[in-house]
Amino acid sequence: MPKRSDINSVLVIGSGPIVIGQACEFDYSGTQALRVLRDEGLRVSLVNSNPATIMTDPEFAEATYVEPITPEFVEKVIAAERPDGLLATLGGQTALNTAVALHERGVLEKYGVELLGASIDAIRAGEDRQKFKGVCDAIGADYARSTLVRTVEDGVTVAGELGYPLVLRPSFTLGGAGSGFAHDEAELRTMLAAGLVQSPVHEVLVEESVLGWKEFELEVMRDRNDNCVVVCSIENLDPMGVHTGDSITVAPAMTLTDREYQRMRDTAFAVIRQVGVETGGSNIQFAVDPATGRQVVIEMNPRVSRSSALASKATGFPIAKIATKLALGYTLDEIPNDITRETPASFEPSLDYVVVKIPRFAFEKFPGSDTTLTTHMKSVGEVMALGRSFTEALQKATRSLEAKGAELDFASPVGSLEEWLPKAKRPHDRRLQAVVQAMRAGASIETLAAETGIDPWFLDQLALLGEVAADLAGAAQLDAETLRAAKRHGFSDVQIAAIRGDLGEEDVRRLRHALGVRPVYKTVDTCAAEFAAKTPYHYSSYDEEDEISPGQRPKVLILGSGPNRIGQGVEFDYSCVHACYALHDAGYETVMVNCNPETVSTDYDTSDRLYFEPLTCEDVLEVVAAEQRSGEVVGVVVQLGGQTPLGLAQRLKDAGVPIVGTTPEAIHLAEERGAFGRVLHQAGLTAPKHGTARSYEEALAITHEIGYPVLVRPSYVLGGRGMEIVYDDATLQDYIERATEVSPEHPVLVDRFLDDAIEVDVDALFDGEELFLGGVMEHIEEAGIHSGDSACVLPPITLGRADIARIREATEAIARGVGVRGLLNVQFAIAGDVLYVLEANPRASRTAPFVSKATAVPLAKAAARVMLGASVAQLREEGMLPAGDGADLPLDAPICVKEAVLPWNRFAGVDTVLGPEMKSTGEVMGVDAGFGTAFAKSQEAAYGALPTKGRVFVSVANRDKRHLIFPAKRLADLGFEVLATVGTAEVLRRNGVAATVVRKLSDGRGEDGEPTIVDRIVAGEVDLIVNTPFGNSGPRLDGYEIRTAAVSRGIPCLTTVQALAAAVQGIEALRSGEIGVAPLQRHHALITAARSAAGEPRYGGAAGATEGGDG
Amino acid sequence: MTDPAILVLEDGRTFRGHAYGATGETFGEAVFTTGMTGYQETLTDPSFHRQVVVQTAPHIGNTGINDEDPESRRVWVSGYVVRDPARIPSNWRSRRTLDAELAAQGVVGISGIDTRALTRHLRERGAMRVGVSSIETDPEALLQRVLESPGMEGADLAGEVTTPEPYVVPAVGGKRFTVAAVDLGIKAATPRYMAQQGCEVHVLPSTATAADILAVSPDGVFFSNGPGDPATADGPVAALRGVLGVKPVFGICFGNQILGRALGFGTYKLKFGHRGVNQPVQDRRTAQIAITSHNHGFAVDAPTEGPATTDYGKVEVSHVDLNDGVVEGLRCLDIPAFSVQYHPEAAPGPHDATSLFTAFTDLMAANA
Ligand SMILES: Nc1ncnc2c1ncn2[C@@H]1O[C@H](COP(=O)(O)OP(=O)(O)O)[C@@H](O)[C@H]1O
Ligand SMILES: Nc1ncnc2c1ncn2[C@@H]1O[C@H](COP(=O)(O)OP(=O)(O)O)[C@@H](O)[C@H]1O
Ligand SMILES: [Mg+2]
Ligand SMILES: [Mg+2]
Repeated sequence: MPKRSDINSVLVIGSGPIVIGQACEFDYSGTQALRVLRDEGLRVSLVNSNPATIMTDPEFAEATYVEPITPEFVEKVIAAERPDGLLATLGGQTALNTAVALHERGVLEKYGVELLGASIDAIRAGEDRQKFKGVCDAIGADYARSTLVRTVEDGVTVAGELGYPLVLRPSFTLGGAGSGFAHDEAELRTMLAAGLVQSPVHEVLVEESVLGWKEFELEVMRDRNDNCVVVCSIENLDPMGVHTGDSITVAPAMTLTDREYQRMRDTAFAVIRQVGVETGGSNIQFAVDPATGRQVVIEMNPRVSRSSALASKATGFPIAKIATKLALGYTLDEIPNDITRETPASFEPSLDYVVVKIPRFAFEKFPGSDTTLTTHMKSVGEVMALGRSFTEALQKATRSLEAKGAELDFASPVGSLEEWLPKAKRPHDRRLQAVVQAMRAGASIETLAAETGIDPWFLDQLALLGEVAADLAGAAQLDAETLRAAKRHGFSDVQIAAIRGDLGEEDVRRLRHALGVRPVYKTVDTCAAEFAAKTPYHYSSYDEEDEISPGQRPKVLILGSGPNRIGQGVEFDYSCVHACYALHDAGYETVMVNCNPETVSTDYDTSDRLYFEPLTCEDVLEVVAAEQRSGEVVGVVVQLGGQTPLGLAQRLKDAGVPIVGTTPEAIHLAEERGAFGRVLHQAGLTAPKHGTARSYEEALAITHEIGYPVLVRPSYVLGGRGMEIVYDDATLQDYIERATEVSPEHPVLVDRFLDDAIEVDVDALFDGEELFLGGVMEHIEEAGIHSGDSACVLPPITLGRADIARIREATEAIARGVGVRGLLNVQFAIAGDVLYVLEANPRASRTAPFVSKATAVPLAKAAARVMLGASVAQLREEGMLPAGDGADLPLDAPICVKEAVLPWNRFAGVDTVLGPEMKSTGEVMGVDAGFGTAFAKSQEAAYGALPTKGRVFVSVANRDKRHLIFPAKRLADLGFEVLATVGTAEVLRRNGVAATVVRKLSDGRGEDGEPTIVDRIVAGEVDLIVNTPFGNSGPRLDGYEIRTAAVSRGIPCLTTVQALAAAVQGIEALRSGEIGVAPLQRHHALITAARSAAGEPRYGGAAGATEGGDG
Repeated sequence: MTDPAILVLEDGRTFRGHAYGATGETFGEAVFTTGMTGYQETLTDPSFHRQVVVQTAPHIGNTGINDEDPESRRVWVSGYVVRDPARIPSNWRSRRTLDAELAAQGVVGISGIDTRALTRHLRERGAMRVGVSSIETDPEALLQRVLESPGMEGADLAGEVTTPEPYVVPAVGGKRFTVAAVDLGIKAATPRYMAQQGCEVHVLPSTATAADILAVSPDGVFFSNGPGDPATADGPVAALRGVLGVKPVFGICFGNQILGRALGFGTYKLKFGHRGVNQPVQDRRTAQIAITSHNHGFAVDAPTEGPATTDYGKVEVSHVDLNDGVVEGLRCLDIPAFSVQYHPEAAPGPHDATSLFTAFTDLMAANA
C-alpha cells in the first residue's frame, strides 16, 4: 500500500524530562520519527519540554515547541499548527496520556486532528488493565486474575479472594510508579492508600501474584495490511517480581522451545490485533511457569517503549523509524531493511550473538531508600553489551556499568553461604554479584534456582565463569590458550590481573598482545549473516574472523558517556551526537563508541561507524587498534561524554592514542585542586578558602582556620557525590566517620561554604586564542544547591554588564591558564561583590544543550571543530558561530529557564531537600519573553502548574525569614490564604501578613482534634508549600514529614526562598492572563535578527582576542 | 567437550573446534540455518538427510531434548555444527541433553568454532561438501575424503528417508476426507495438521505409483517435503502426473518441486538455499505476507509474470520470497492443485501459513 496522501502535517509529542521509567530512549525514537517525517516531505511540529534532547534541535522540525507537555499547552500548539495528524506513540506514557486527555477534552475533534498509529480505543484497551483483561478473554489468553478498586476497603475484600502476596498497580502511572507487592493486610492498606493518590484516575488494580515465574517480552510490529512480525524476543534473567526496566535482560530468549515460543508469538499477534493497534510497534510481556510452561500475558504497551529501543539496538531493526513509516500508510514489505538494503522490513531479525542489558541504579544518591527491586522501576539508566555468547555479553555489560564492584569478582576470598545466600535471594541492585559469590561459597545451581527463581541455564553459565576463573588462577603460566578461553567468556584484563594476583592490568594486556590474543569485530546485520550488511555497526568478540572494512576518510573516534546516571545523562550524549554530525560534515569519518542503548549516539544512523562497546581503557584501546588497522585515526574526542571518557584521557594518551582538544595534562590542571589553585592564583582569581585534610584532626584544624560553615567532600567526586555542608564540630566528626574513609590516599576537601551567594554557570569555547562565551546562567537557588539541581535563567536577570564582563574575563583567564581547546564549564559564586570560582570542568557540560537552545548557537558542534583545529574566527566565517557571543545577547532575547526534575516519588521516604549533592534525573526548559512566564512554564513542565489561588503554607529556617516577607506578602495580596508555623507566622504578622498559625506535626493534634499541617496537606487543603530546611540539611522531623507529604500528594513544594520569589513572579504571570506558545525557530530568528542588527559586537572577533591577549 | 575436532570444506577452508555428539567422522553438504529456536525439530527433519547443518544461533541445546517435538523417527542431519552447546538443559519438558541424544544416534558434531565466519563463507561461495572429524587430525587427509564424498546435485534421497511401510494417521474428531500422502521425507506435523482438519491420512512410501495412490481412493493427494535433487525424482513426478487433474493435489517443499516438474517447469539449485524460520513470503493475490519456515536448496523455475500455460492448463506463481524473489508457491488455475515451497506445518517456525491446510480441505470439498 502506498503512503497516505491525506496527511500533510504531523504533530509529534515528545516525552518531556528524563525521569525514572522514561529516559532518553524516547529521544532516540522521536529523533528517528522526525527524520522520517521530514524525508517524507511532511510539515513537522513537535512539543517537548526537554532541551537536552536531539529531537528539540530546531533543524529536526519546522516548528519545535519547547513547552510543557500538558493538554492545555499542547492544545495551544495544535491551535497554532493545525496538524492533520498527531503522533503520540513515540513519546512514552507522557505522550500517550496527553493524547487521551486531548481526546477527552474534544480537542482532537475540534481541530480535526487524526491520531496516528494507535487509536484512542487501542490505547485504552492496552493501557487500561481492566479493558485489557477483556482483550485477553476475547482471544482466550491466560492472565493473572485481578480486580480494580477505588477504595482501600474494596482492596481488602479482594485480597480475601486472591490471597497474599498481591500485586498493586495504580492505573496510568509511569514505569509502575506506586506499584508493588503487599504481603499482608497492613501493607495492603498503606500501599493502596498511596496508590489511589498516585493514579491520575485514582484506581488501583489488585492482582494475583505470579512471583518467581520466568518473564519474557516480545517486540511486535503491525502494518495496515495486517502483517505482523516479531522484531525481538527478550528474556529476563530476573524472574517475575522485578520490573523489566530493573531486570537484567537477554535477547534472544534463551530457554524457550520452539513450541513455547511460537505459542507466545501467536498470542502476541492475537493481542495486538484484538487491542486494535492499527500500525506500529507494541511490547507484550509474558510470564511463564517454569514447572508447567503455563503462559500468562502480563501487559502490552501500544507504543514504542524502553524495550523497543533496546530491541532496535539489539537487532539493528529500527522500530521507531519503521513505526513512523507504517503510521504514514506504508506496509512492511514496502520499507527496505536499511542494514541489508536489498531485503524488506517484512521479516523477523535473526541473531547470531547474544545481547545483555543491565540496569544502572543510583541508590547511593538517596540514603535511606529501599534497594529491594520490585514491580516499579528504580533504575536510572542501563547498559547493553553484545557478545558471541551469553558469558561474553554478560561480562562486557557488567564492566560497561562503570560502577565499583559491578564486574564479577572471582579473585577476593570466598565468603560464606550464610553471608551470600540471603543476599542472592533478595532482588536488589547487586544480586547478580551476590549469586556469583554464593556459588563460590558452594551454593549449588539447584539451591540458587530455588532461592532466586533464576533459570538453571543462566546459573550454569555463571558456574561456567567460575570454572574458567579457576583455570586462570590454576594455570602454571598464562599461555595463549588459557587467555583466549578466558577472553571468549568476556573476562577483562582487569579481572584476569585480579585473579592472577601477580600481574597488573597493563601486564596482562602486554602479555595478551604479545601472544596475539586480540578481539575481532563482528557486525549486527539483522539476519545472522544470511545477507551482507551495508551498515558498519560492530561489537567485539574473541572469535576468529574480523569484519571491519577499510575506511576512506581520516577517522575521529568519539567516546560516549555510557549509562545514564544522576550527574551524567542525556545532555552528554547530545554533545557527542553533535560532534558526529559536525565532524562528518567537516569531512571526517566519525566513529562512535558507547554502550548505552537508550541514546541517539548508538543509533547506527548517527555516526559513520558504531562500536557498541564498554567504555573501559581496554575496550577503547582495542577499538582504536581496530580502526588504525583499517585506516588513519586522526584523533579521539574525550571531552563531550562527561567524566567517563575524560577519566580515560591520560591512560589513552600514555598508550599512544591521539587525544584531540584539551590535553590530558590540561584536564589535570583543572581537576587537581592544588594545580587549579595555582592557575587561579596566576590569574588573580579567588576561590573559597579551602584546605585538604588527611585525617579528622587536620579537617578540624582547617575548618577552624577558615570558619564554619564549610563544605566537605571526598577528593574524588562526580555529580557532587558525598558532599555536605557542615555547621559545627559534631557534624564534621560525624561526616568524616560516616561519609569517607579519610586517608592520605583519599583526603577530604574542606571549603569555606559561601552563604547567600549567587551561583553562576558559564559554558564557553576556547581555541587557544579567542574565547567564545556560550552563555552565562544565573541560578535561581543560591550556591549550595548543586548546579545540576538548581533552576537557572539565561540571560542572567540580576547580573549587570559589569558582572558579566568580570565573569567573561575570569572565564577567559581560566581557559588560557588551563590550556583549554574546546569547551569549558565554570561555576562561579558571587558573594558580597566578590567573584569566587567554585570549579572549572574542561569538558562539555550538562548545560551545553540548554545554552545552545537558548542562544541559537551549536556550541557542541563548534567545540568538536575547535578540538580538531578550527578557530573561533574560522567558525564565524563559516557561519557556525555568530558575530559576538553569549555575553551580549540582545535585550529582547527570550528568557529561558532551566528547571531540574527530581525523582522523589520513586524513593518513598527519602527527604526532598536539595543540597550540594546532585539528585535530579532530568531537566525542562521554559521559554518566553518575560522571566515570570518562563519560570511558570518551567514549573508546569517539571511538576505541574503553580496554583493561582488557594492556600499556601510557609515554614522556613530563621536565616530565610527576612527574605520570606516580601514574597509572602505578595501572595497574601494576590488573595492566597497564608498558613504558617508559629515562628514564621510571628514574623509575617509583624510585617502585616495575616498568617494563620497551624499545628506542627511535633505539636500533635489539638484536644479537639485540630489537625496538624501534615494532616491538612494529606487532606489536600494546601495548594503550595514553602519549606526550607532548618540549619543543616539533615531530615528534621517536621520539615521532613511536610515535604514527604507534599510529594505523595503531588503538591508543589519550594525548598528555597529564592524559588519562592521566582514562583511569585510566575504566579503573577499566570494570573495576568493567557500564556502563549512559540516555536524555538521563532525565538532563534528573533535573536539572529537582533544580532545582525546590533552590528559591531562588543566582544569576540580578532580584535577581542588581542585585547584580552596574554598579560 | 575438549577433545579436538576439525571441519574441512571442499574448498579447503578449515575450522578447528571441539568434538560434539558422537566421536567419529562424517560428510555431507554444508548448509546453515538461521532459526533461533527449534533445533530438535530441525535435527529430525528428513529434508536435512545427508546435510551437515550449521546453527547460526550460538547457544544450542538449552532446552534439552523432549519426547513431543521430534518431527520423525530419528535425527537425520549427517553432521552438526554449533558454537556454544548447553552444559545443562533447562526446560520443564526436557528428558535428556542434546549432546547425549546426538551421541546415542551416532551423529558427529563439532562445537566452539566461528559459526558466523563459516556461514559468511557459505553465503559467499555457496553450499558445498564438508567433512567433520573428531578422529582425523590432518586437514589435508580429511579434505581428500571430502572431495571423494558425493554431492547433493543428482542425489536421489527420498527412498532413504521414506517410511518402509504405509501407515494411517486417523482423523481427529469426525473424519471428513481421506488423504493419500506420499512420504518423500514427511514431517510429523504435516499429517497432524491434516488430521486436525478431519483428514484420515494414508502415508505411502516414496515409491508409491499413481495406482497405489488411487488404491486408497483418496479425496486428495499430498506430496511431502524431502531431501535431495528434485531433478532425480522421476518416480514421484510420474505418480503425481497420474493423479493430476484427477484428484485435488497439495504439495509442500519437495512436493512443490515435484508439482513444478509435473507441470513441465525446471528446477535449479540455489546458491546457499533458504533455511530458517524468518523468511517473508508474499501471497501475490492478497499481498499478505507470512513469515515462514524454510528448508530448501532447490527451487522451481517458473515465470513470475502472468500465468504460464502448461499441459494442465494455466498455472500461476502464487507466492514469492520477498528477500530474493524465489518462487515459493504454484497454483493451477484450471485443475485443483497447488503447492508451496515453504513449510506451513512450521515445526520449527511460525504458524502464519497453517491456513493452507484448510485451503486443501476446501479444495477437496469443492471437488468431492
Ligand atoms: N501478577 C504479577 N505477579 C508478580 N510479578 C508481577 C505481576 N505482574 C507484574 N509483575 C512484575 O512487575 C513488573 C511491572 O509490571 P508491568 O505490568 O510490566 O507494569 P509496567 O507498566 O510498569 O511495565 C513486571 O515486569 C513483572 O516483573
Ligand atoms: N564554597 C562553596 N560555597 C557554596 N556552595 C558551594 C561551594 N562549593 C560548591 N558549592 C555548591 O556545590 C555544588 C557542587 O559543587 P561542585 O564543585 O560544582 O561539584 P561538582 O563537581 O559535583 O559539580 C555547586 O554547584 C555549588 O552549588
Ligand atoms: Mg512492563
Ligand atoms: Mg559543578
